[in-house]
Amino acid sequence: MKKIEAIVRKSRFEEVRAALHEADIDFLSWWEVKGQGTARQGLIFRGIAYDVNSVARMYITFVVRDINFEKSINAILKSAYTGESGDGRIFVSQIEQSIRIRTGDHGDESLYDLDEKK
Amino acid sequence: MIWMRRNKQLKICTMLKKYFKYIGLPIGLSMVLPVLTFAQDSTAVVAKAVEALTPAVAATPVPFISAGNTAWMIVATALVMLMTIPGLALFYGGLVRSKNILNVLMQCFIITAVISLEWVAFGYSNAFGSSTGFLAPYVGGFDWAFLNGIGINDVSPYYISQATERIPHLVFIMFQCMFAVITPALIIGAFAERIKFRGFLIFTVLWAILVYNPVAHWVWSADGWLFKLGALDFAGGTVVHINAGIAALVMAIMLGKRRLPKGQHITPPHNIPFVVIGAALLWFGWFGFNAGSGLAADGLAANAFLVTHIAAAAAALSWALLDWFINKKPTVVGIATGAVAGLVAITPAAGFVGVGSAIIIGLLVSVFCFFMVSVVKGKLGYDDSLDAFGVHGIGGIWGAIATGLFASPLIQSAYSGAFAGNPKQLGIQLIAIVSTMVYSGVLTAIIFKIVEKTVGIRATEEEETAGLDITQHDEIAYNEAD
Repeated sequence: MKKIEAIVRKSRFEEVRAALHEADIDFLSWWEVKGQGTARQGLIFRGIAYDVNSVARMYITFVVRDINFEKSINAILKSAYTGESGDGRIFVSQIEQSIRIRTGDHGDESLYDLDEKK
Repeated sequence: MIWMRRNKQLKICTMLKKYFKYIGLPIGLSMVLPVLTFAQDSTAVVAKAVEALTPAVAATPVPFISAGNTAWMIVATALVMLMTIPGLALFYGGLVRSKNILNVLMQCFIITAVISLEWVAFGYSNAFGSSTGFLAPYVGGFDWAFLNGIGINDVSPYYISQATERIPHLVFIMFQCMFAVITPALIIGAFAERIKFRGFLIFTVLWAILVYNPVAHWVWSADGWLFKLGALDFAGGTVVHINAGIAALVMAIMLGKRRLPKGQHITPPHNIPFVVIGAALLWFGWFGFNAGSGLAADGLAANAFLVTHIAAAAAALSWALLDWFINKKPTVVGIATGAVAGLVAITPAAGFVGVGSAIIIGLLVSVFCFFMVSVVKGKLGYDDSLDAFGVHGIGGIWGAIATGLFASPLIQSAYSGAFAGNPKQLGIQLIAIVSTMVYSGVLTAIIFKIVEKTVGIRATEEEETAGLDITQHDEIAYNEAD
């Protein structure tokens, strides 16, 4: 099992979500974040152009079975890409254990819907 | 009840006429006396007017309370209150950072409460009452303190175009109360995000007493020196906007800049929809402010209503276009600011100019204010957080000058500006502008120093960084809990 964390543009978020669904990833968490990087967000206040030194992004995180790992990474790479500075990052880490609270399932079985048997 | 009273007064009036005609002056005078006493109670001005006119009393109708004018003025008064809370409160509240909005809302709210009390205690008397001796042209006395001697059926001593069909004195007091409330509230824009609440409150009360009341007396009281000089200020361009605008500039300079991260001069507005709601409520309330300043529901009010709306529209459009040409995008804060600037500029002129002049006044005010806030402010380096001076000060000065230029005898036959062949009016306007600027500027600086040395006025670094909401009020505007 691996945890994937991706920081993507807000404007690409819906595409990323759809692409992950295509890649059989149905369990996701995300939140809006602010951060800094090379990208700049220009703003105007009463005739003065300025930048706030922070940009808004979506932070997506989910845990995948090893069999789904490659295709979910590819899904993000494809759907979050614009080619401009500021497209974001993907971080991967090893997960020791995963437990579904309702059933007490451990490991891989806790990561997909047993009824659908994917 | 009022209707009954009015009929009774009219009856007395007709009776008096008869007595004068057929029975002769001595008996007639004895009948006038009770009326005179009644008038003296209510106002020195009415008393004066009645005294002066006594010989010709048969031809002069006694002023009475007009139901129509009164109805409109009560509504207009309520509209002006809407300008401070929630109008200005949301306009300013949306422009500050989210950690300071409650502080701004609280400032507007407590000003409404405390200045209203100050107004009935002695503010109204100081501003619109009369005094004797050398102070008479500069500040009123305390005869009307706690509205002493003002009865519910007294007619307002002040009127613009309707000398006979007046409003109750109490309605005039309330209408002016709302002006006294909004003026110090305008200054908030200059010191927002960095003032101690206690210092702010003491400053505001002192400012209202020492600056607003006297300047209102100068311009609007029958004894005021600028009024006698002939300065034109229909709804408060000088008294409200220049007065508050200069105080704002002095406060911004003396209080110093906000402590922002290195290299940052601007803080993004935290809630632009609030700014829009606030600006729209200001626009709406301004109909009461300007169209109510004729103190009657008549053609003059209709003109003020019209030019107020058109000037605001012209200024909103002109600011949006400036944004569009200079920064490539029309901004929402820009169009809202433009509308407010237009309303400020038309304020002194609303009862003196026609719709053509209103368009010019509106289109140009945004140019001046835009230049002021986007270029000059940055060059001079003072931190007028929400541009109280840039919009109200500059817009007010332009409005006062524009009144001297565009005043047209077609609106009020007695008044004309430079373009109607009366260049002298422009000079009088400049005297009013400069004297208000000097007085307001110097007094604001003195009051600031007094408050700074006694209770302290500048927020500490911790207070400013943590936000004034939590440090001054122990409250947070946007709570995470559901």
